Amino acid sequence: MIHFAVQNSWLIPLMPAIAFAIIVFFLRRTPQASAFFSISCISVSFLLSLGVVAGVLMDPAAVESSVTWFSMPGLTVEMGTLIDPISGMMVFVVSLIALLVQIYSVGYMENDPGYSIYFAYQSLFAMSMLGLVIANNFVQMFVFWELVGLCSYLLIGFWFYKISAREAAKKAFVTNRVGDYGFLLGILFLQIIFGTLNFTDLAQIIPTYANVGLLTVIALLVFTGPIGKSGQFPLHVWLPDAMEGPTPVSALIHAATMVVAGVYLIARAFFLFAAVPTALQVIAYVGGFTALFAATIAITQNDIKRILAYSTLSQLGYMVMALGVGGLTASMFHLMTHAFFKALLFLGAGSVIHALQGKQDIWEMGGLARKMPITTKTFIIGSLALAGIFPLAGFWSKDEILLAAQSNGFTGLYLIGSLVAFLTAFYMFRLVFVAFYGQAKPNNDPHESPAVMTTPLIILGLLSVVGGLVGMPWLSTNFGSYVYFGEAHHGYSLMIMVTSTVIALMGIYLAYLMYYKKTISASAIANRFKAIYTLLYNKYYIDEIYQWGINHIVDGAGRVAYWIDLHVVDGVVNGLAKGTRQSGTILRYLQTGQTQHYGMVLVAAVVVIILLLGLLDPSLGISAWGGGN
Amino acid sequence: MTITLNHYLLLAGMLFCIGLYGALAKQNAISILMGIELMLNACVINLVAFNRFMAPNHLVGHAFGLFVIALAAAEVAVGLALVLTVYRDLLSVNIQDFDWLKW
Amino acid sequence: MDFITNPGFPYLSVILLTPLVGALALIFVPREEVWTIKAIAAVSTLVSLILSVLIFLAYDQTIGGMQFKEDILWIKDLGVSYSLGVDGISLPLLLLTNLIGFSAVYASWNNKDRVKEFFILLLILITGVMGTFVTRDLFIFLLFYEVVVIPIYIMVIIWGSTKRVTKEYAGMKLTIYLLIGSAFLLAGMIALYVNAYQLTGVRTMDIESLMLVPFTEHFQIIGFLLLGIGFCTLISMWPFHSWSPDGYAGAPTAVSMIHAGVLKKIGGYGLIRIGLFVLPAGAKFWAPLIAVLAVGNVVYAAVICLVQKDLKYVVGYSSVSHMGYVLIGIAALNVISINGAIAQMFAHGVMAALFFAMIGNLYEKSHTRNIPDFGGLANQVPRLAVGFMLAGLASLGLPGLASFPAEFTIFVGAFGVYQVFTIIAISGIIFTAVYILRMLGNVLFGPRQQQWDKLTDLKGPEWVPLIVLGTVLVTFGIFPYLLMDPINTGVTSLFARTGLSTVIGGGF
Repeated sequence: MIHFAVQNSWLIPLMPAIAFAIIVFFLRRTPQASAFFSISCISVSFLLSLGVVAGVLMDPAAVESSVTWFSMPGLTVEMGTLIDPISGMMVFVVSLIALLVQIYSVGYMENDPGYSIYFAYQSLFAMSMLGLVIANNFVQMFVFWELVGLCSYLLIGFWFYKISAREAAKKAFVTNRVGDYGFLLGILFLQIIFGTLNFTDLAQIIPTYANVGLLTVIALLVFTGPIGKSGQFPLHVWLPDAMEGPTPVSALIHAATMVVAGVYLIARAFFLFAAVPTALQVIAYVGGFTALFAATIAITQNDIKRILAYSTLSQLGYMVMALGVGGLTASMFHLMTHAFFKALLFLGAGSVIHALQGKQDIWEMGGLARKMPITTKTFIIGSLALAGIFPLAGFWSKDEILLAAQSNGFTGLYLIGSLVAFLTAFYMFRLVFVAFYGQAKPNNDPHESPAVMTTPLIILGLLSVVGGLVGMPWLSTNFGSYVYFGEAHHGYSLMIMVTSTVIALMGIYLAYLMYYKKTISASAIANRFKAIYTLLYNKYYIDEIYQWGINHIVDGAGRVAYWIDLHVVDGVVNGLAKGTRQSGTILRYLQTGQTQHYGMVLVAAVVVIILLLGLLDPSLGISAWGGGN
Repeated sequence: MTITLNHYLLLAGMLFCIGLYGALAKQNAISILMGIELMLNACVINLVAFNRFMAPNHLVGHAFGLFVIALAAAEVAVGLALVLTVYRDLLSVNIQDFDWLKW
Repeated sequence: MDFITNPGFPYLSVILLTPLVGALALIFVPREEVWTIKAIAAVSTLVSLILSVLIFLAYDQTIGGMQFKEDILWIKDLGVSYSLGVDGISLPLLLLTNLIGFSAVYASWNNKDRVKEFFILLLILITGVMGTFVTRDLFIFLLFYEVVVIPIYIMVIIWGSTKRVTKEYAGMKLTIYLLIGSAFLLAGMIALYVNAYQLTGVRTMDIESLMLVPFTEHFQIIGFLLLGIGFCTLISMWPFHSWSPDGYAGAPTAVSMIHAGVLKKIGGYGLIRIGLFVLPAGAKFWAPLIAVLAVGNVVYAAVICLVQKDLKYVVGYSSVSHMGYVLIGIAALNVISINGAIAQMFAHGVMAALFFAMIGNLYEKSHTRNIPDFGGLANQVPRLAVGFMLAGLASLGLPGLASFPAEFTIFVGAFGVYQVFTIIAISGIIFTAVYILRMLGNVLFGPRQQQWDKLTDLKGPEWVPLIVLGTVLVTFGIFPYLLMDPINTGVTSLFARTGLSTVIGGGF
């Protein structure tokens, strides 16, 4: 069974692909059957991925297999699978979350007219994401990378009749495209220089390549892909808007799986980045900046999903920063724990939204703790895990990241990371205290969600508690013994553990004071720092700047080009046509209708021709006319 | 003085020029037709003269001459018919009034 | 497949002439028998389609080269013969023509005006386009090309539509451009023919024989210029592109489909088969210029798409933009890029035809193509929306659809030769995403609008273009080797003959 799973890991993405095809072609009119079929297929994938994980644990050596997708002299494109600890972990996380989210969706999407098609999209997404994580080369990565982007587009715009959803979907796709542009260029450079895009082959060749300058350029180009997909500054703008999609989608795609594809890509191609320290530094600082930047926005937002979205951005920044400082293990570990608790938080938020018939503003919630006990408990577990409180999952992984930053000499980033930890604890518990423990609103009638929705919450809650234990530094064989780059890393720092916990507790306490006890007035602070608050609340006006750029620069270029096309290119063409016609209108007056004029011209022409011939060719001899024979 | 080819050619040339002048300068359509006839006759003289002086053993020139005469007769018939038809419309045989095809 | 490899049977002639026979048969059908007329058109194109699919499958890639050859000497003194044959380059284009021809018949199913004449002209048009791809003789090539022009003109001015420009203007513009192009082609071909006669003493119009003639470099440069202007006009290279948006906008659906889908590809096909392989030195000389103009095509047309309001103009300009990729692939002059260029011609043909079929269907029912008039159509016409989405996603090069492998191959091939141009050209993928998604969003998504409740969704025969073309897009997207392998056999073997370098020269 284990051997079978490892050898046939291509079945893992194939199962949801089958589900997609079957639902689209046969089950569109039978919603229950669609859901059932989709969940069955992803369950099979999940079982297979368990087999893969078991296989990897027994033998961490990479297993690779591939088939040719198309080939020609000088270019061979393959589709294949590469199973090693990193992809094994990812396959497990993705199929698990996908399975839980699909089960949850049975309850959440109930009575939606697009129920079947929703599950079809979910299956398509699972297929794409699983195909992405088992990819053994860059092209396959890119193919599925774009496909997850498509699924994201479809699912954000799932309620396509909402203009906001439509615009958000478009924004997500286009923003990702900007990142993909760089990613594609990076891939092309690699193909041209090395002649292969296979990860294993490239990992062998790249360290021996001398031109570090060019390699840095390539690494940064490849990094633009993750900037787009994982929402790093400055291409982060799409992710908060992506919350227009159904909440389970936000949990699956825009929190736990798709957005970490960028992080995964960097980890997968770490051989490339490790060869160029400059690029790694850029990555580290981009990640650190994004983490801080998004956390500052999150503290001012009022929409429950947007708070979580900015939190996701911030945590993604954390993971990217971890990679940048060289902590691949820490980053992957955080990726996994984050998937658990962020999916939990989003599904919890979905449960709340479901209970409140679509209300998303935390100030319109309140008093949910009593009415929705399971949701509340699991949500608090998720928040504690995100805040990094001992011994929950987030604690272990966050410490790994901070440790990596500090021990590799990035003190600045370590401090930023700690500040972000404080902000994270603060905004999460601001959310918890306001939404769950605030004043109950009389016109709300919340009720606990059905079991089909709470069960995934409980499972994810458990994972958020124990999921981090696999990475406990005291274990002799832990997460880091499998997932690492170069040398496996073991170690811990009690100092960091204690300080980060204290910092997080301080954040929670501050939120407690401001939003539960209300001993510190939040609005007073907001008024005191009006300018900063407005700036944060409006997300640094970055969306507005981009919108202005698109309206004026991009569309402006379009208008200019169209003007040129109409007036210059077509102008010349129509001008030629007009010139022809006008010369005709002038020349037609030569057609007098007087027969004798024509005759005159004819005779004159004959005379001229004869004279010309005579002048040009003396042998014809005009003189002969005079002389006779 | 013997009559040489050049004399015939000179005669034909003069005749042709007179005909040409008539065809191009006269206003009366009938006169123009007559001018054209003169030019045709100049050609016939040329043909016969060349035949006589250059290739006396063949009758090609004569044959062509006869053709031209027949053609000229046909041409006059058609031409006069056209002139008559036009005259019915315009009540004029002035060629300058025949400008229906202008522009 | 044994039965089809029977060498004696003239498969290509049957494929080529079936639509023409259909057209002849239609002459004798009374004009009131609308159903019979459509059935004859459908059957004759279906026969061609089935046979061309069989040929596509039966083509022996291990042997390569020209297969299914037919030769009938026609004008002996001039060395013209009716010689047919397909190789890896023309095979996909032959299939493409038949796919689109068949779909075009169904896309015109609801036509009620002069049905008989319409289908006669359509079938002649299909034959003409097909002829250019299957012939091995330069003279026949030009002959079929001229056959195409006249039906198009008539169809545009009779069944066309007048929006920004009148249909008469559109038809005239289209025709004059095509004829100017063919004038240059004629001059170039006569030059080739005469020069080849002087060099070898053999009068021949056979393209493969001409490939072996040692033309001087000086002649090649001039000859390629003449042919290049002709073919590049046809493939709508900047600045000879302005016929394309206006022409498509004015033309009836079927003509837009065939024109954007296949006719335009004659330009690329000719540029490769005649321009590149007969006059390699000329191609080498002019390639940088083509590359520059191709980049212009891609970016310039893509940004113009951003500000278009008429659906057909968006697709019209987008086809100009996509042809830029084909041109840059051709200009890079290596096996990879040319493979990509041909695959892109195929993929774009299918995609553009699907787009025009969907737009035509929508226009038929709503009588407008103005994007701001629409909105939320996915509420009322979900099937149509699926068609639009498929075509749109293929247009923006989404993996899983046929255009991605093609574009990727072009990029790889061109990137090794023209780094800067290719980098600029690839930025087109961003603009393409913007205008395609903007168009799809504004037309299909958004709140339900009462005024469109009367629209009926695809049904019956209207399904056919979506099913046929959609299946092709997905099949070749998931299994690109089905398309790439035959193309590769064709291109590689021809490259071996011309002595052009087959590998991409990396400048690193």
